[in-house]
Amino acid sequence: MAPILQVKDLRKTYEGGFEALKGINLDIEEGEILALLGPNGAGKTTLISTLCGITQPTSGTATVAGFDIRTDYRRAREQIGLVPQEIHLEPFSYVGANLHFSRGLFGKPRNDALVDGLLKRFSLYDKRRNRVRELSGGMKRRVLIGKALAHEPKVLFLDEPTAGVDVALRKDMWDAVAELKKEGVTIILTTHYIEEAEAMADRVAVIRKGEILMVEQTSELMQRLGRKVLTIELREPLAGIPPALGGLDLELAPDGLSLSYSYDTRAERTGIAGLMARVQEAGIVLKDISTTESTLEEIFVDLVSEGAQ
Amino acid sequence: MNLLAIRAIYMNEMSRFFRTILQSFVSPIISTSLYFVVFGAAIGSRIDQVEGVSYGAFIVPGLVMLSVIMQSISNASFGIYFPKFTGTFFEVLSAPVNFLEVLLGFVGAAATKALFIGLVILGTASIFVHISIAHPFAMVAFLLLTCLAFALLGFIIGIWAKNFEQLQLVPLLVVTPLVFLGGSFYSTSMLPPFWQTVTLCNPVLYLISGFRWAFFETADVPVGISLLAIFLFLCICIGVIWRIFQTGWRLRD
Repeated sequence: MAPILQVKDLRKTYEGGFEALKGINLDIEEGEILALLGPNGAGKTTLISTLCGITQPTSGTATVAGFDIRTDYRRAREQIGLVPQEIHLEPFSYVGANLHFSRGLFGKPRNDALVDGLLKRFSLYDKRRNRVRELSGGMKRRVLIGKALAHEPKVLFLDEPTAGVDVALRKDMWDAVAELKKEGVTIILTTHYIEEAEAMADRVAVIRKGEILMVEQTSELMQRLGRKVLTIELREPLAGIPPALGGLDLELAPDGLSLSYSYDTRAERTGIAGLMARVQEAGIVLKDISTTESTLEEIFVDLVSEGAQ
Repeated sequence: MNLLAIRAIYMNEMSRFFRTILQSFVSPIISTSLYFVVFGAAIGSRIDQVEGVSYGAFIVPGLVMLSVIMQSISNASFGIYFPKFTGTFFEVLSAPVNFLEVLLGFVGAAATKALFIGLVILGTASIFVHISIAHPFAMVAFLLLTCLAFALLGFIIGIWAKNFEQLQLVPLLVVTPLVFLGGSFYSTSMLPPFWQTVTLCNPVLYLISGFRWAFFETADVPVGISLLAIFLFLCICIGVIWRIFQTGWRLRD
């Protein structure tokens, strides 16, 4: 099946000459959740804005459900819902009317049942006759999601949906995204909370200075790029690292009761077998062994700093 | 044509008008009444007739035009500027609509509001003076065309403006003087010959003159020229907007 979103060599150069997107290539499958990770100014929002029609690309192509975003922009945009990074809502408008407006704007006939359903789903039904300015920040964000879904899009862009949102609401948002995925909506989200990408995304695309550095399955990325730390707990404390274990990337805890060995899971030889043999030879008695995997955040920081070099 | 989108924009704009229906309705009634007290009763009582029409009745078309022009501009400029200011315009840019549809929605609503207020003023004026309309069809046509033309101008101002001060700049510094000096409250025949010639450079004069002709069959300039002037103005506004849409100036990055 063809990807629902295909981006080919998409470029955006602003008037001043700043190259915000430097030839983006990206395929997104129907029903998947892709997290777009990158530092501030990496081009995440520009990419989303370009795909949604807010910004015109300088060159390159992109299709949504097979419709070109430029030559067939009407049908392409019908497929897309966008939740912007900032809370952009008219303060004096009414909550329910806001959702109806969005649906109409996308050329869909009024559907009270659908809009009421969205309002209930995002716990806004009781507030449907309230003005937007009377809502809390979290509620406003939910209104934005409701608006983005009001025309039943196939692809939903969430530009940092949980920025500045409290923990409970963030969890609600994650649940909502998971539910949308179940319904078959394709979701592309940008986020600064990397745990969010780790918890929700099927794939992660890392973007930096307008270039996609890599696109990986979240689990594969963890496996392929992740650094692991092997912790050896000792029965007797050591005063220092014994000479028999010299030359290895080892760290002794201040209390002398554990040794940490950091290794790269991508390396052909992790050195674990050799380490264990030398530990045994040195006559060190083990109490326990555990490994911890590096988080996506650590991977991300590594990648971005590598790219910067 | 995405008719549902045009309707959505139009109704969304109109809903702002309905939310403040009292201000929309009451303020033109009060200001019209004030004009009648000042110009009609206080000053008008000392003026006999102008071009064979009582002064109170004579100022009615000018009064309607004054409000309609200002309302068309302010409604349209605010209508497009406010979503830009609050950031909600992103939704319009990302919707499956072209700029003509956006224009029809915004300008249509602004023109409707101005038309409504124009009719309210006409109604209020009829309480104070007897108004006869010699050419009702022409009167409605002039009113509609003026609403549309100045709503288009307002739309341009709203796109151009970067802040609320700029939004007020053109209406206050350009349009208000042109309307007041365009024969709203007097006939150009009351001016010395030199100023009569100067006044002919004021485009608003042609609108008010044409509109007044529809009421009393008296005009400062021939009605055909008035019609031509308003069409010319419409065409210039449409041309400018078409260019803005082509380039995305101050709308898209």
